[in-house]
Amino acid sequence: MYEQIAFYLFSVLTIGLFLVTVLTKNILYAMTSLAGGMVFISGFFFLLEADFLGVVQLIVYVGAVMALYAFAMMFFDATRDIKEKTTNNALVFFLGGMVALMLVIIFVAPIMGENIQAIYPPIEGAGNAQSVGLVLFTKYLVPFEVAAVMLLVAMIAGIILAGKKMDESLTTSEDDDDDDILEQEDTK
Amino acid sequence: MEKYVYIALFAPLVSSLFAGLFGMSKRRTFVGVIASMLLATSFFASAYLAYTVADTEKPIHITMMNWISAGDLVIPFGFVVDQISVTMMVVVTLVSTVVHIYSIGYMDHDKSFNRFFSYLSAFVFSMLILVMSDNFAGLFIGWEGVGVCSWLLIGFWYHKPDESTDVNPSISPSWAANEAFIVNRIADLAMLVGIFVLYWNTGSLQYDVVFPALSSLDNSILTTVAIALFIGAMGKSAQFPLHTWLTDAMEGPTPVSALIHAATMVTAGVFLVIRANPLYSMPDVSEVSFFIASLGTFVAFFAASMALVNRDLKRIIAYSTLSQLGYMFAAAGLGAYWIALFHLAAHAFFKALLFLGAGNVMHAMHDELDIFKMGGLKKVMRGTYLYMGIASIALAGIPPFAGFFSKDAIIETAFNEGTLVLWGILVVTAGMTAFYSFRQVFLTFDGDERYKAFDIHPHEMYKFVLIAMSPLALLAMIAGFFQGSFQEFITHLLPNYEMSHHTHELALYLGGLVLLFAVGGIALAYKKYANGLVRNEKLENGFIYQLLKNQYYIPAFYAEFISKPYAMISTMLWKSVDMKIVDATVDGIAYIFYKGGDKTRKMQTGNLSNYLNWMAVGLVMMLLVATFYALIA
Amino acid sequence: MIGLSHYLILSGLLFSIGLMGVLRRRNLLMLFFATEIMLNSANVAFAAVSYFYNDLTGQMFAFFIIAVAASEVAVGLGLLIVLYKKFGTLDLDDLASMKG
Repeated sequence: MYEQIAFYLFSVLTIGLFLVTVLTKNILYAMTSLAGGMVFISGFFFLLEADFLGVVQLIVYVGAVMALYAFAMMFFDATRDIKEKTTNNALVFFLGGMVALMLVIIFVAPIMGENIQAIYPPIEGAGNAQSVGLVLFTKYLVPFEVAAVMLLVAMIAGIILAGKKMDESLTTSEDDDDDDILEQEDTK
Repeated sequence: MEKYVYIALFAPLVSSLFAGLFGMSKRRTFVGVIASMLLATSFFASAYLAYTVADTEKPIHITMMNWISAGDLVIPFGFVVDQISVTMMVVVTLVSTVVHIYSIGYMDHDKSFNRFFSYLSAFVFSMLILVMSDNFAGLFIGWEGVGVCSWLLIGFWYHKPDESTDVNPSISPSWAANEAFIVNRIADLAMLVGIFVLYWNTGSLQYDVVFPALSSLDNSILTTVAIALFIGAMGKSAQFPLHTWLTDAMEGPTPVSALIHAATMVTAGVFLVIRANPLYSMPDVSEVSFFIASLGTFVAFFAASMALVNRDLKRIIAYSTLSQLGYMFAAAGLGAYWIALFHLAAHAFFKALLFLGAGNVMHAMHDELDIFKMGGLKKVMRGTYLYMGIASIALAGIPPFAGFFSKDAIIETAFNEGTLVLWGILVVTAGMTAFYSFRQVFLTFDGDERYKAFDIHPHEMYKFVLIAMSPLALLAMIAGFFQGSFQEFITHLLPNYEMSHHTHELALYLGGLVLLFAVGGIALAYKKYANGLVRNEKLENGFIYQLLKNQYYIPAFYAEFISKPYAMISTMLWKSVDMKIVDATVDGIAYIFYKGGDKTRKMQTGNLSNYLNWMAVGLVMMLLVATFYALIA
Repeated sequence: MIGLSHYLILSGLLFSIGLMGVLRRRNLLMLFFATEIMLNSANVAFAAVSYFYNDLTGQMFAFFIIAVAASEVAVGLGLLIVLYKKFGTLDLDDLASMKG
C-alpha cells in the first residue's frame, strides 16, 4: 500500500515540477523545478530497489549537473524574464499530445515476450550496490573505462571552451611582470 | 591471289582516308595525284584478277573475317571474285581512275579540292564492296555506302542556296542530294524486306547457299522476293516512278555525274538483277521478269522523249543514261543477262566519256549549261569535239563502235523473245537516242557562235586531262569487237542466251532497220541544228513540247501530292504531338522535381526550433507506423 | 498493484512533457533543461524494466546514460558560452544564420 501512495505522489509531483520547468518564463524557476523534479526521479529509483542508481542520480544530476546549470545561468545574466516569441502552441501541444498518446497505447498493450531471460540477475543475499559493483567491474568494464575517458575529454573540452587567455602560460613565460600576480593587495 | 583482291578492294579506301586527312586544308595537287595513283593500282589489280579468272575459269572466294555470328545467323565479310564481279570491278576501277585524273584538272579552282577526292574514293570503295561481296548483307552495306557517298557528292556545293523551280528545277544541290537519298531509301526498304524474306526461308544470306535453295521455295515467296529486290533496283537505277532524282543529281560536279550517275552507281540495280539471275530465271517468277523488261522498255522511251526538248547539257546526258538503263533492264528481264552486262560495260565507257566531255565544255563556258547559249565551239575545243563525237556515235549505235553491238543485241533479244511491242518501242527509241545525242552535239559545237553575246571566252581543257580521257574513247570504239570473247568468258557463270535460228536469218535485216532509224535521227538533227539554232515559238509553246519540258509534270505531282501532305503531317506531329505531349511530359516531370525542391527549401529556416519541430513530426509518424503494423500483425 | 505499465506510462508522459519543452523553448539554455527531462524519463523506464524482469542490465544502462548526460552538459554549456560571446544572444530566432 505504501508503494502505491509513494508512486502516485511522486508521479504527480514530478509531472507538476517538470511542467513548471517547461512552461515558466523565469529561468530561475525553471532551473529550480528541474532540480526538484530530479530529486523525485531519484525517489522512483529507490522505489524500484535501485539504490545505487538513486544515489548516483542525486550526486551526479542534482549535485553536479544542476550546479553546472546554475553557473551557466549566472554567466548569462538570466535574472530577467525571457521574452520568447509566441510559438505555435497548437502545433506543439498537438505533437506532444500525439507522442504521449502513441506511447501510452504502445505501452498499455500487453507486453510481448513472456519468455525473456534475465541476463544479469541480481545475486541473492547481496545488496544492490554489491550486485551493481560485481556486474559493472566484470561484465561492463570496458564501457566503464570508456565512459571515464569520455568524462575526461568532456572536462578538458569544457575548460578550453570557457577559458580565457589560454595562449599564455604563467609557468614557462619569461616576463617579470607575471610576478605581479603573486602579490596580494592589501585589504581594507 | 588473295592479296590482289585486298589491294583492289582497299586501295580506294586508303586513298579516301588519305585525302580525308587534308579535308579542311587548302587545295593541294598531290592529294589528287596520290588518289589517282591508288585508284590506278586498284585497276591494275582488278585487271590482273580478271585475267586470272579468265584463265583458270574458277572464281576466287575469300572470307576476310567473321562479322555477325549470333545463333543461327552467320554473316561473314566475304568476297567472291567471279566473272560477274570481275567485269564490274574492271569497269568501275577503270572509269574511276580516269575520273580521278580528270578531276585534278576540272576541280582545280575549287577550294574543297581535297574533300572531293576523299568522297570520290570512298564511293569507289563502297561500290567495290557492293560488287565483290558474296552475300546479300555485304551487298546491302555497299548499296547504302554508295547511297551515302552519292549524297555527299551531289550536295558537294551544299552552300548554294535554294532557288525556285523556274530558275533551277533541282532547287539546290542540298535539296537534290536529299531527294536522291530519300528516294533511294524508299526503295531500300523494299529491298530489305526482300532480303529478310530470303533469309527467313533459306536460313542464310550467302549467294552460294541461297540460290541453290530457291527451287525448294514456294511460288508466292519467290515472287515476293523478286518484286522486293527489283523495287530496290528501281530506286538505285532510277526506273519509273523513282526516276526523278537522277536528273536533279546533275547538281553535283561533272566528274561525279560521270562516275556515279552514268557508269557505276546507277548500274548497281542492273547488277543486282544480274547477280540474282537464278531467281529471275525461275519459271515461277517469269511474270515479274517480263514486268521488268516492260518497265525497262517504257523507261527507255519515256526518258528519250524528255531528252528531245531539253536545253540543259548535262540533263540531256542524264536522260540518255536513264534510257540506256531501261535497255539494260529490258535485256535482263528477257533473260539475256550477259547481254545486259555487256551493254552495262560498253555504256559505262561511252557515257562517262560523254559526261567528261560535257564537263570540258562547262569548264570552258564558266559553268554555263544552256546549249542554246553555246554553238560553234568546235573551233576552240577540237579535242573535246572529237571525244563527244565519238561517244555520241557509239551511243547512237553506229557500227563499228561499241554501242552498235551491245544495243543491237538487246533489240534482237526483244525480237527473239517474240515480244514485238517491246521490240518496236526499242527500235523507235534507238532513233530518238540518235536524234537527241546529235542535237546536243550540233547545238554545242556547230553552227553560229551564240556564246559571244554573253561575253564568254572558252578554251580547251588541260592536255593531261584530254590524254586521261583517251582510254575511254578507245574502249568506246573497240569494245564491241570483244562481244564474242566476252560471251564465252561470262557464260561460265551466267546462263547463255543465243538467238534462235529464225532470228539469225533475219539478223541482217533487223540490224539494218535499227541502223536506218539511227542514221535517220542523225540526219534529222543535222538538218535542223547543224547550221545554227532556229527557234520555233509556236512549237515551243505547244502542248507536247511543254509536257516534255516539264518532265510530264511528274516532279510537280510528287511535290504537290506526296511531299506537301507529308510535310504537313510532319509539322502536325511535331507541333501537336512532340512539342505538346512528349516535351510537355518530360518538362513536366522536371518541373515537378524543381518545384518540389523549391517548396521544400522553405524548410531550411536555420532556426533550430523549427528543425526540432520536424523531428517531432517524424517521430510521431514513425510511432504511428509502428503501432499500425503492430496492430495488423 | 503498481505494474510495469504504470511506470512505462509515467515515463512516456515525462518524455512528452520534455518534448513539448524542446519544441516550445526559444532560449537555448531552457532547451537544455527540456532535454534533461527527456533523458531522465528514459532512465525511469530502464530502471522499471530492470526491476520487473529481475535483470541488472537496465540499471547499468541507466547508469551509463547518466554519465553520458553529464559530459554532454559540460560540453554543451561550454559551447553555449562561446556562442554567447560571439552573438551576444541565446535566442534561437536570432541565431538563424544557416537559413537556406
